[in-house]
Amino acid sequence: MAMENTCGPIWVFAEQAEGRIQDVSMQLVGKARDLAGALNVAVEVILLGDGMKDQIKFLFAAGADRVYLGDAPVLAWYQPEIYTGMIVSLAVEKKPEIMLIGSTCTGRELAPMVAARLKTGLTAHCIDLNINEDKILEQWIPAYGGLISIICPENRPQMATAAGGVFPKPAMDESRQGEVMLLEVPTELAGMIQTLEVVHREPESVPLESAATVVAGGVGAGDEKGWRQIADLARTLNAALGCTRPVVDEGWAEHGIMIGQSGKMVSPELYIGIGLSGELQHLIGVVGAKVMVAVNKDAKSPVFEQVDYGIVEDCRTFVPLLIEKIKAYRKRHAATYAGRDGQDSRDT
Amino acid sequence: MYRIIICVKAVPDPKRADHIRIDPVSKTLNRSEAPLVLNPLDKHAVEAALQIKETTAGAFLTVISMGPPEAGNIVRECLALGADEGILLSDRAFAGADTYATAFTLARGIEKIGRFDLIFCGMASSDGGTEWIGPQIATFLGVPVVTMVSELTETEQETWKVKACIENGYRLMQVKLPALFTVTRKLNSPRSLSFSGIVRARKKQIICWSAEDLGVAENMLGLSGSPTGVSAMTTRSSRRQVEIINGTGEEKAEKLVQKLADAGLV
Ligand SMILES: Cc1cc2nc3c(=O)[nH]c(=O)nc-3n(C[C@H](O)[C@H](O)[C@H](O)COP(=O)(O)OP(=O)(O)OC[C@H]3O[C@@H](n4cnc5c(N)ncnc54)[C@H](O)[C@@H]3O)c2cc1C
Ligand SMILES: Nc1ncnc2c1ncn2[C@@H]1O[C@H](COP(=O)(O)O)[C@@H](O)[C@H]1O
Repeated sequence: MAMENTCGPIWVFAEQAEGRIQDVSMQLVGKARDLAGALNVAVEVILLGDGMKDQIKFLFAAGADRVYLGDAPVLAWYQPEIYTGMIVSLAVEKKPEIMLIGSTCTGRELAPMVAARLKTGLTAHCIDLNINEDKILEQWIPAYGGLISIICPENRPQMATAAGGVFPKPAMDESRQGEVMLLEVPTELAGMIQTLEVVHREPESVPLESAATVVAGGVGAGDEKGWRQIADLARTLNAALGCTRPVVDEGWAEHGIMIGQSGKMVSPELYIGIGLSGELQHLIGVVGAKVMVAVNKDAKSPVFEQVDYGIVEDCRTFVPLLIEKIKAYRKRHAATYAGRDGQDSRDT
Repeated sequence: MYRIIICVKAVPDPKRADHIRIDPVSKTLNRSEAPLVLNPLDKHAVEAALQIKETTAGAFLTVISMGPPEAGNIVRECLALGADEGILLSDRAFAGADTYATAFTLARGIEKIGRFDLIFCGMASSDGGTEWIGPQIATFLGVPVVTMVSELTETEQETWKVKACIENGYRLMQVKLPALFTVTRKLNSPRSLSFSGIVRARKKQIICWSAEDLGVAENMLGLSGSPTGVSAMTTRSSRRQVEIINGTGEEKAEKLVQKLADAGLV
């Protein structure tokens, strides 16, 4: 275990859903491990759930030195009052230096409540974290054409959220050991607010985060019809469909498929961005794509500085053409594509 | 009768906000270029309150915003939509506030308004976009909060049931009023301004409160009341060497398909 220093440990809140620790939480534990080196402090994880004991080994393997476990039926679902209360009282006692939370729906509700109760700062949707020479956490976010680092110099803990995919999957070292501390859990739910039910639907298509091909549309689609063409292209390519924020604002697509700082992070082999300007808040969400393509009617669009292939065209005429050519190509190479045409035949 | 408070933010028009840049000297946002408009998601918060007013025995709707004097325009817009009272928290001392100091100031403003049953916020602002303000106001006021509300399922009693978005699904929450909800676009379709509403709103007075009116020490407000600050800025170099594909539309499409196929990506 790391030597404890004058400052407190680095904390990660490990979110679980249906008894499984979320990927983003594992990634944050990995990142915390990196940061802990610079501060020479321990990585500690708070895990709240029901029947979570067998998951703890993963947290140790990812870099945790200590796990505070709250294990009780009442914690199976995120319960705002109990979760906040348990984290806050433990933080008051243990004085962590840093607290990291995933930018999930739960994390985005929990983190600001914890920060307000601890009277400390919180930075949303970070895309990088590092410790500077003053041993302060720099929390990087895209803003207005560049990146800015936010710091919380005096108040503790320094709190930040980051989305899944911002930090890599940690290297798992199964030989790592750690300490488990059991937390006392209130036996009953408090009165003001309760989670009564949590319903998960099966996602209909390829999840954006793990898709090999992503087609993303911007507000340049022009209207609902233009947007549907882009959706058609995604279907033709068997790709996951993503969008920029103005597309959500226009009501063409749901918030859940927005790519970028405040949406999803993707890391496909192929990314095709159509009718979008390549603003950092969007493209920061495209990590390590092998090939990037942009279609934009404005030859001067900044998106063309950030892709491998650029096509200057009006997407409303070009996208149908592209769909046609893809289908034609596949027909020519039908033998290779035998059995892979399921998606194609549906819309012909 | 329900007392409903709606928090609304004046944001640089998201359709024109691309030109806002960071001031390299003061390290604060240079907001002067794009005109201020009502934050798009806050329209859904106002609509939620208006619908409650229309479908229950009665409700009194107070709109509150913290911002520069020009933010008064969006408060007036909410009055024109049907809110009963508009409050603008505006003071130089509020400037430069991070989310913590903003939520703290708004919570003090709401305390000054007095009794309330419901507070509605948008899920996120288009410029800050943290989603923190709602939950932090609720925390400072000591009331429960549900974020990303998509449906008000049961609203008859003192205890409400609401549905809120989560990844691939929803959660059903039971909440005792007074409570704060942040709303998503799914909740409703906001109405548009009516001419008669605009005329009516013109006669209404917007209440302006300063730091002194709130009775809060200046070191709790604005930049000095903010735990966080900007420490550094960089530009990102994610440049790739682009190859522009030329030809007629058809040729471009064909060439692109070929290139993708060569890379094994079709
Ligand atoms: C705090 C914060 C967080 C944000 N988070 C996100 C986020 O997570 N994800 C996100 O996407 N955005 C986010 N944004 C918004 C982001 O800054 C940009 O405003 C947004 O990404 C721009 O979307 P766009 O490219 O579709 O629109 P625009 O920037 O308006 O670009 C439209 C493009 O389409 C082109 N075009 C127009 N018509 C056509 C046509 N017929 N054919 C071809 N091209 C055409 C235009 O030339 C233009 O380049 C955030 C902003 C803030 C302030
Ligand atoms: N300055 C402000 N004045 C009033 N309400 C605000 C202000 N800033 C944020 N809000 C409210 O908080 C919501 C979320 O904002 P944010 O946390 O900035 O994403 C907004 O939709 C508003 O309802």
